[in-house]
Order: sequence, then C-alpha cells, then structure tokens
Amino acid sequence: MGLTMNEFTVQFIATLLKFAVIAGLCINIPPIMVWAERRVPAFMQRRKGPNRVGIFKWRLYGLLQSAADAVKLIFKEEVVPEGAAKAFYHIAPVFSVFPAIMVAMAIPYGPDIQLFGYTIPLSVIRVDVGFLFIFAISSLAVYGVTIAGWASNNKYSLLGALRASAQMISYEIPLGMSLIPIVLLYGSLDLNTIVIAQSQIWKWGVVLSPISFCLFVIAMFAETNRAPFDLAEAEGELVAGFHTEYTSAKFAAFFLAEYVSMFVLSCLAATVFFGGWQIPFFDIRSLDVLIGIPGVSGLVGFGVLFVKAAFFMWLYVWVRWTIPRFRYDQLMSLGWKFMIPIGLLNVVVTAIVLAVIRF
Amino acid sequence: MNVYIPVLIALGFGVALGSILSGLAHFMGPRNPRPEKNDPYECGVPKVTGATEKMSVKFYLTAILFILFDIETIFLYLWAKAFPQLGWFGVIEVMVFMTILVVGYIYVVKRGALEWD
Repeated sequence: MGLTMNEFTVQFIATLLKFAVIAGLCINIPPIMVWAERRVPAFMQRRKGPNRVGIFKWRLYGLLQSAADAVKLIFKEEVVPEGAAKAFYHIAPVFSVFPAIMVAMAIPYGPDIQLFGYTIPLSVIRVDVGFLFIFAISSLAVYGVTIAGWASNNKYSLLGALRASAQMISYEIPLGMSLIPIVLLYGSLDLNTIVIAQSQIWKWGVVLSPISFCLFVIAMFAETNRAPFDLAEAEGELVAGFHTEYTSAKFAAFFLAEYVSMFVLSCLAATVFFGGWQIPFFDIRSLDVLIGIPGVSGLVGFGVLFVKAAFFMWLYVWVRWTIPRFRYDQLMSLGWKFMIPIGLLNVVVTAIVLAVIRF
Repeated sequence: MNVYIPVLIALGFGVALGSILSGLAHFMGPRNPRPEKNDPYECGVPKVTGATEKMSVKFYLTAILFILFDIETIFLYLWAKAFPQLGWFGVIEVMVFMTILVVGYIYVVKRGALEWD
C-alpha cells in the first residue's frame, strides 16, 4: 500500500490498543452473561437468583457471583479420566477458544475515526472478505467440540460431540445461505461497507430481507448449541455432552468459547440486519465535527452496536427459558428439509427481483 | 499495514488464552487421583465397555452431505459479489447451477439420507 514507516508504527500501535480493548471485552462477556443467565430466569420465574456476592456492603445485584465462581473453578482439582487421549484432551479447550476470539476481532465496532491525521478503522481485523473470514474461522470451532468428546473416553462425551458437530455443520449451510441475499443487496463482502449502506431504517437488512433474518436467527441458535437446540448437552440424556469429563479451568474455557461466540453472532446479526453502529435519521460520523472531539463518533458507534448486540444476547436467554428442547430428528429435518430449501429459494427470488429492478 | 498482521496477533492471543486456561487447570488445583475418581463418568456404575464403540452411520452421511452443500454456499458468495457485473447472464447461470443442485438434493431426500429414526 506504500505506507511510510511512521504510519505503519501508528497503525500497529492502534491495532494493539484496539486488540486489548476487544480482548478485554471478550474475557468479560462470559462472567456477565453467566450472571444474566441466572438473574433473568430468576425474574421470569419469580425468584431471586444470585443476589448476595458483592464488595463489602454493596451487593451489586450479585454481579460478583460470576467472579467468585471463576476463582473457584480455577482452584478446583483437575480430573483427567482414565484412558483419555491425553494430548488431545489437553488441547481441545484451545481449539474451542481461539476461533471465538479471532472472529470477535473481525466485527466492525464503529466508524473509521480520524486521530492525529490518521484514519483508524474500528475493527481489529479489516479484510475485504469479512464474511468469508468469519465463516472460515468460526467453522473451526467444530474441531474443539469433536476433539473434546472423542478424547474424553466417555460415551456421553462422544455422543454429545457427535450430535454437536453434526448439528453445527448442518446449520452452517442455512447460516451461510441466509447471508447471500445480503451480499446481493449491498454488493459487498466487507462488513463495514454493509453497515455504511444501512444508513436509514428502510435500508436495514431486516427490512429488505426479512426471510434471511429469520433463517439467520434460527441458525444462530443452532450454531452455538443453545436452547432450543441444545441437544449436545441435553442434561436428561447426556449428562453434559462433550464437556462431561472436563473440570476446573478447562470447563471454564468451553464456557468462555460458548459465550464469546454467542456475543460474536449477536454482533453479526446487529451488523448485518440492524445497521450495526448506525442510528437511523442521524449520521454518527458527523459527531466528531459537531462536538469537536476527534474519535467521539467511534465511542458512540461502539455503544450503539453494543446495545443492539445486547438485545440478541438477551434474546438467547429469553428463548432458552421459553421454548422446550427439540428432538434430534426434528432438529435435523428442520435444518436439512426446511431451512436449506427456503434458503435457496430466498437467494433465487432475491436475485431475480434485484435483476428486474437493476438491469 | 498488512491486513494479516492483526490476524496473526489474534491467533496468537487466542491460542495463548486457551493454553493459559488449560494450564491453570493443570497446575493450580490440588491433585488427589484415585482409581474410582479417574473412572469416566457413567452415572456411578463401573464402566462396562470402552467409549469408542459403534456409532450411527448417519453422522458420516451428514458430514459428507455438509461438504457438498457447503462448497455450493461458498461458490454462491463469490457469485453474489460479482452479481452487478454479471447482469442477467449471472442470474441465468445460477439458475442452471441451482437446478442441478436441487436435482441432487431431491435425490438425497428420496433416498432417505436425511431420515433420522
């Protein structure tokens, strides 16, 4: 790109700073979500939920319960089951965690900001093919699940891993197909370009392609193995699924991966279908000039995206405590016999309608 | 700056975080192994057979079908990106492609490859 050394240094430092912020966010999302996932159903079922653990006399609605749980988990004994494939057993949490972290870096968290004469994009990884990058990396999460289940030398783990991997790969097809109409509509594979194109409410993905949105939300729940598609860890049948034999911080690693990928898919849903960091009827990028502080638009954009993503995070909890679990054959036929034909039809119809309008 | 430098940083951090958590489990907690404790969990009864025994062939079938259909999805992404340049030619070409895909899909459904009993 013909950059000078100075610009390279600035961009490198900016990347490290952005990286630190997003990585901190990724590590802090799981404890907060665990807390929310115990408090929200408590309110739904008219009980209290964890509300004691706090600092001194401030209870903070029990928010520090998760911190206490994390510390407790780290100091628990690790029990490696007899006959486990040791190397794979220890490496499986790593395979689970790194795809989730990597995908979180590819989301555009705000508009490009101008600082000290440099243009700094607010996503850590800015590749032109954002969609393909996200799908490629998030597919790797299947390996963590499969290796964990296979290496544990436990029937429940193996069954859970088989179910989870079959489910994840089955719903990856509808997930991919649901976003093709979005690429057709906005003509780009870059997530930031798609967000910029959604400046008004009637240009949002959810308005232009509602079927895509429905497919995406269903596939999103299945892809993260969450209720009503949590067949992989159906407590009544499989104890805990693929992580039955995992204890201590390794168990925490699987939860970290699960919640971070939930957060990433929530961000992706907000970015693609609800305008990302954009607000309808107001251009956030003009805030820099309006207020006079450079970079304030980035902060506001980040806040807007976070609120939109928080809605989907809450939807995960809401649905989990509302809808009962599917049966496995129902799950697979929903994916293969319903969502794939609808997805294909959606692509064809969108293409024809666009061709009639544009050409 | 090369766009793949952040990718490498993210990869390094992700692997490091996973390894640290995995290592914390290994080195922080107490270690009191006993034969009963180390048995794979089987609801409290001694295990009867090994874990890696027979499994349903349906899972293999799902994996094979996934590879076929996922490649079509990736192909459609590239077509969608080139859609404005291709015009009506692209639409008709993708119709032909879809027809072949749907014929294959109907064959798979008719042979009962997607039935779970």
